[in-house]
Amino acid sequence: MKNNKSKFSKHLVSGVAALALAAGAAGSASAAENGKFRVGIVTFLSGPAAGPFGVPSANAAKVLVEELNKGNLPAPYDKIGINGAEIEAVIIDEAGGATKQVEEYRNLVQRQKVDAVIGYVSSGDCLAIAPVAEELKTFTIAYDCGTPRLFADNPDAQYMFRTGLDASVDNIGAVRYLAATRPDVTRLAGIQQNYSWGQDSWADFTAAASALLPEAEIVEEQFPKIYQGQYGAEISALSVKRPEIVHSSFWGGDMEALVLQANARGLLEDATGLLTCGEASFATYKDQAPNGMIIGARGPFGQFAPDNELNTWFKGVYQNAYDIEPVYPATKMAQAILGLKYAAENAGVADKEIPSAEQLSAAMKGATFESVSGTVEMARGNGHQAMQGITYGEYHYEDGVASIKNAVSFDGECVTPPEGVAAADWIADGFPGAKCN
Amino acid sequence: MTSLLAVLIDGSIYASWLFLVAAGLTVIYGVMRILNMAHGSFYAIGAYSAASLVGWYFNNGIGPAWVSYLMLVGAALVAGLIVGVIIERGLLRLMYGRDEILMVIITYALLLILEDGMKIVWGVSPYFAYQPYSELGRTSLGLLKVSNYDVALVGVSALLGLGLWAWLERTNQGKVLRAVIHDREIAVAMGVNVKLMFTITFVLGTTLGALAGALTAPAISVVPGIGIEVIVLAFAVVVIGGLGSIGGAAVGALLVGLSRAAAVHYAPEFELFVIYGVMSLVLAFRPEGLFGRTLARKI
Repeated sequence: MKNNKSKFSKHLVSGVAALALAAGAAGSASAAENGKFRVGIVTFLSGPAAGPFGVPSANAAKVLVEELNKGNLPAPYDKIGINGAEIEAVIIDEAGGATKQVEEYRNLVQRQKVDAVIGYVSSGDCLAIAPVAEELKTFTIAYDCGTPRLFADNPDAQYMFRTGLDASVDNIGAVRYLAATRPDVTRLAGIQQNYSWGQDSWADFTAAASALLPEAEIVEEQFPKIYQGQYGAEISALSVKRPEIVHSSFWGGDMEALVLQANARGLLEDATGLLTCGEASFATYKDQAPNGMIIGARGPFGQFAPDNELNTWFKGVYQNAYDIEPVYPATKMAQAILGLKYAAENAGVADKEIPSAEQLSAAMKGATFESVSGTVEMARGNGHQAMQGITYGEYHYEDGVASIKNAVSFDGECVTPPEGVAAADWIADGFPGAKCN
Repeated sequence: MTSLLAVLIDGSIYASWLFLVAAGLTVIYGVMRILNMAHGSFYAIGAYSAASLVGWYFNNGIGPAWVSYLMLVGAALVAGLIVGVIIERGLLRLMYGRDEILMVIITYALLLILEDGMKIVWGVSPYFAYQPYSELGRTSLGLLKVSNYDVALVGVSALLGLGLWAWLERTNQGKVLRAVIHDREIAVAMGVNVKLMFTITFVLGTTLGALAGALTAPAISVVPGIGIEVIVLAFAVVVIGGLGSIGGAAVGALLVGLSRAAAVHYAPEFELFVIYGVMSLVLAFRPEGLFGRTLARKI
C-alpha cells in the first residue's frame, strides 16, 4: 500500500511538473506569436538602486505601456501600442551583477522571445550586455547607464542604442553651469563613490574645470566606499579646506545621507553643493537640503524636462498613477520607450506588423524623434547614441514647496564631444567645435 | 592642528558607531558561539522601525521633538525583542549544539530571508527620520562644525559599553552568563538554565543591533541593503578585538575609527584599505584578536 502511495505521489509530481513545463512552453510560444509586441524592461527592483532609479523607471514603463495600449498619447505617438500591436512588457530585476544580467538577457531573448529590450542603469551591465545584444541580434536600448565606453568599446554596434546621455556630458555641463553662474569660484572640492562612476565623473569635472575655470584649484577630493552611509570624516576633511563648491556624483541613499549630514554640519551653508544626480531625490529633500544647492538630472529630464505637450501629458498620468512627480530616471525610461515606438513605426512595415531587429535598428540609427525631454537626435556613436542638451539649476524649498531656480540649459553641441572624439581629449583640447548659446 | 582635532573627533564618533553596531554581534558570539551573519539585518530592522515611527510622528506634527529620541530607543527595543524572541525560539533553539560553521550558514540564510522580508514590509523606497539629527544643532570648533547628535552618540555608546560591562561583571545574572561562557556543560551541571540564558543573550544581541540601526537612522537614508554594509565592518571590529569580548570590541572600534579618520584626512587613497590593514596587522601578531582567548579544541 505504502509502495503504491509512493508511486502515485511520484506520478502525480511528474504529471504536475510536465503540465507546468508544457504550460510554460506554450506560454512562451504563444506570447511570441500572439501578435503582441513583447518588450523586456530591465531595471533595479531590489537593492540600493531600486528606490532612486529602478522603481521610478519601472513605474514609468508600466504607466506608459498601459496608456500606449489604450492609444492615449498625444501625437505623434497616438497610434495604439507599438505600430498598432499591443505591448506586452516583461519587467525583470537588474540586481545581481553583470554575469547574472547576461543570463537574464539571454533568457529574455531566447525563452521569453522578446522583440526588444530596454534597460540598464548600471554601466557594468550595459558594457556586458552590448556584445550579447550583437550576438543575439536583438534591438536593445540602454536607457540610463552613463559609461562613455558603451560605443567606444563597441564601435560597430548594430543593435545596441542609448537614448540617455553619457556621463561626461553631466560633468562638462556642471562646469559650464559654474562658469555661467559663478565664474569667480576658485576653490573646488569633490566627494565621489569609489568606483568607476565616481572616478570618471571626477576626472571629467576636474579636466573641464581646468579648461573653463582656469583660476580654480582643487582643494580636496574624497572617495569613500559606495553605500558607506556615514560621511563624518569626509565632511570634516572637506570643511577644513574651505571650498566654495563641493561637487559630487553620489546617487541614491548615499547622496541623501551626504546632503543630510553635510547640511546639518554646515558644510552646505559654507560651500555650494553641486550634485550631478541630485534631481533624483527632488521630492525627498524637503528642508534637509539647503536653498541654492545645484542639482542636475543627467540631461533635460525630470524637473528639467521642457513644458512640451508630451511631457505635460506624461507628468499628468504619472502623477495620477503614483501621486508623485516623475524624477529623471522615469523620464529617461519614457524616452527609451518612445524611441522604440518611433523606430517601430518608422521601420516601413505594415500596420500591426512587428518589425525585425534589423528593421528597428535601421529606423533608429541616426534618427531624430520627439520625446518627453524635447527633440532627441541619435547623433553620436555612429547614430546609436542620443545627443541632447543638459540643464542645471538650484534647489529651493519654501513654504513647503520645492522648486528649481536659476536653471541654465546648454545645447547638445556645447557639452557633447564630436563624433569619434573621446571626452577626455575634447576637454583637454579646449572643447574645439563646441557650439554654445 | 585642525586636522588632528578633526581626526580625534571624527575617529571617536565613528568608533562609537562601530561599537554600537558590533556590541550585539560580540555578545551573541561570546555566550552562544554563534557567528551571527544576520546581525546586519537586525540593524536594518531597527533603522526601518525607527524611521517609520519617527517619520510618522513628525509628518503628523504630533508633539515635541524630544519625544522622537524616546521613539528611536523604543522602536529598537520593541523590534529587537520581537525579532529576537521569534528567531531564537523558532529557529536557533532547534539548532543548538551544531557545528559553528553550520550556524554561520543558518544565520546567513536568515539574513537573506530577513532582507527579502524587509522589502515586503517596507518596500524599496528610502525612509527618513532626519529631524532628531538636525534638531540637536551643531557645535563650532574653529573651521570644524560637529553635529551634536553625533557627539551624543559617543556618550550613548560609552554608557552602553559601561552598562554591558557592569551587567556582566557586577550582577548575579552576569556571573551566571560568564559561567556559561566559560564552560557550558559545567554550568548545566550546576543547575544553570542555559536555554534561558541563551534566549536572554540572543534577545540582548538583536536589541543592541536594532538600537544601533535606530540611532543611525536619523543620519542616513534608510534603504535596502544597509544591513549588509555594516556587517562586514562589525566583523572586522570584533575580529580585531577578539571574538566575544566587549572590551575588545570597544578597543577594536576605537582602532578602526581613529585609523580610518586619519586616512581620510591625511591619505584618502588608503581609506578603503586601512580598516582591513589594521585587521591584518592585529591578526598577524594575535590571531585570536587583541582580547581573545586561545581555546583548546575538543576532539
